[in-house]
Amino acid sequence: MEVDIRFPIGGMFSILGLLLLVFGLITGNDPEMYDRSLELNVNLWTGGAMIIFGGLMLFFSFRALRRKST
Amino acid sequence: MESTFALGWIDYTIMGIYFAFVLGIGWALKKYMRSSADFLTGGKSIPAWITGLAFISTNLGALEVMGMAASGAKYGMITTHFYWIGAIPAMIFLGLFMMPFYYGSRARSVPEYLKLRFDEKTRGFNAVSFAVMTIFASGISMYALAMLMETLLGWNFAWSICISAAIVLLYTYLGGLKSAIYNEVLQFFLIVIGFLPLVILGLISVGGWEGLTLRLTDVATSHGYAPGAWTETWRPVANAADNPMGIEWFGVVMGLGFVLSFGYWCTNFLVVQRAMAAGSMTAARKTPLIGAFPKMFIPFLVILPGMIAIALTSDPGSGFSLPVKGNSYDYDKVIPMMLGHYFPTGLLGLGLTALMASFMSGMAGNVTAFNTVWTYDIYQSYINPAKSDTHYLRMGQMATVFGIIVSIGAAYMAKLFNNIMDFLQLIFAFINAPLFATFLLGMFSRRTTGHGAFFGLLTGTLAAALHHGLTKPFSAVSLIKGGWLGTVVHFYPSEMAQNFWTAIFAFTACFTTTILISLFTKQTRSPEELTGLVYSLTPRITDSRVSRVNRPQFLAIVVALIAVVLTVIFW
Repeated sequence: MEVDIRFPIGGMFSILGLLLLVFGLITGNDPEMYDRSLELNVNLWTGGAMIIFGGLMLFFSFRALRRKST
Repeated sequence: MESTFALGWIDYTIMGIYFAFVLGIGWALKKYMRSSADFLTGGKSIPAWITGLAFISTNLGALEVMGMAASGAKYGMITTHFYWIGAIPAMIFLGLFMMPFYYGSRARSVPEYLKLRFDEKTRGFNAVSFAVMTIFASGISMYALAMLMETLLGWNFAWSICISAAIVLLYTYLGGLKSAIYNEVLQFFLIVIGFLPLVILGLISVGGWEGLTLRLTDVATSHGYAPGAWTETWRPVANAADNPMGIEWFGVVMGLGFVLSFGYWCTNFLVVQRAMAAGSMTAARKTPLIGAFPKMFIPFLVILPGMIAIALTSDPGSGFSLPVKGNSYDYDKVIPMMLGHYFPTGLLGLGLTALMASFMSGMAGNVTAFNTVWTYDIYQSYINPAKSDTHYLRMGQMATVFGIIVSIGAAYMAKLFNNIMDFLQLIFAFINAPLFATFLLGMFSRRTTGHGAFFGLLTGTLAAALHHGLTKPFSAVSLIKGGWLGTVVHFYPSEMAQNFWTAIFAFTACFTTTILISLFTKQTRSPEELTGLVYSLTPRITDSRVSRVNRPQFLAIVVALIAVVLTVIFW
């Protein structure tokens, strides 16, 4: 594989996840904003899930890279 | 409506980051595009898990996502028949039995297989109809997306079309099929994570699966159907009057399960191309089987929102209701309406990006299938054969550009004459319905001849048109829905039921005609020519070098078991 697709996937999900997580933290006190999502801070939760997924993808791609070089 | 969809800076930032990554992948692959094979067939080097996810992702276009949610609202859990009895058995069959012939033959496309196995006219018929179909398919989905963006977000129709087309064009032009496939994997994950919160929030607000069942039982009985019509899969189809689709089990099993699904998943180059790009025969055979794992659970992602939407609509206190169009609900708006109802700014941007990702994966699939069929099966075969490979690489790239330009034209045509699109889709349904019979007879009987295949296809197409012209769904208002031959022999309870039976008639006509004509015509292909193309003349593949767990057969058994368990749970 010339390009490991797990690297860009991991990168994109980590960046987007971080963005949503921080946005969720900032807006967490806004009472009206999360009315529609049943009082759940969905930005925070989805952001967190995306960071975990993105991190896993990055981990696998780095591990593959290290294996190839040794 | 404007207030529901007020986008903030964060929503646009999310979209922007997504666009940057999609284009970046195309850019990174640009330097590997040295031959026409690199560009059009992906160089046959991609691992199975990637082609497997691309295999289902390219089918998960925006029209599929919105259409399945619409069916979920309109017909309920019966829609899962498109997956558990439809796609899954067909994908297992493709992986175990058909892939060896596609991948093992010298064919670079499905039409080319038809040429090697039968003759030039059968290939020509399939190549031309497929090329036209992909162009219109991407045009229609572009139109649907742009209309959605116009009505929901107030974006300019022309700009929505141009920007979405330009992005797909750039990344497929730069990195060819490989770029499309890699992006489809990224888009697949984005679609899942973008729509999953919708399902979770929706389920919480209706009180979980039990709450949903309770509400949908009321919906079903108030319409005079069986209580489980919206929440069960097989009990309601025991009797056609029990379910909103108006279909009985035979129509489901034969029409949808056998003819339509096998026809789509096993012969449509759009998906088969993904498997053919895999790095080895084992990887190619595993492609549809690996794809089948997530495929089985996609109903929960796309059909459930529709069911939740109709449950909420029936409850006046929920604060959610589907918009009305004519004398029924505007079911196609389920996904966007639900996104706007539940998602706050931030997640809303992610949800809309997921919708765009699904649009792009579908459109890129059509574009890459089109440029391969155009370059190899039309241009190289009929217009300009025996040129250098660089010439065909250039032609493949040019085909990507003009394919997208023509689809933009098709999108505008759809805007002007909505009926023309319905009409074209109908014609293609006629062409596609009998195709699986041709492949079945071609791959598993060496006796089937070129004349048999060609005239079988023609008769099947004609039978489909005839059946459609003589029957009509009850609700039909225009001749495009059927009955255009003047006399109506039979009325169907729903369009879906009519479609299933059209497919059954087309398949049967093609199957019998192909056999009959083959019996009276001479086989022009020698046994040597048919080696690798026909079951009885191809050496069996031995997987002895592959560990047991990695064999396609093992995957197939696991997939089948999970599908059976799901079927039993929601029986």
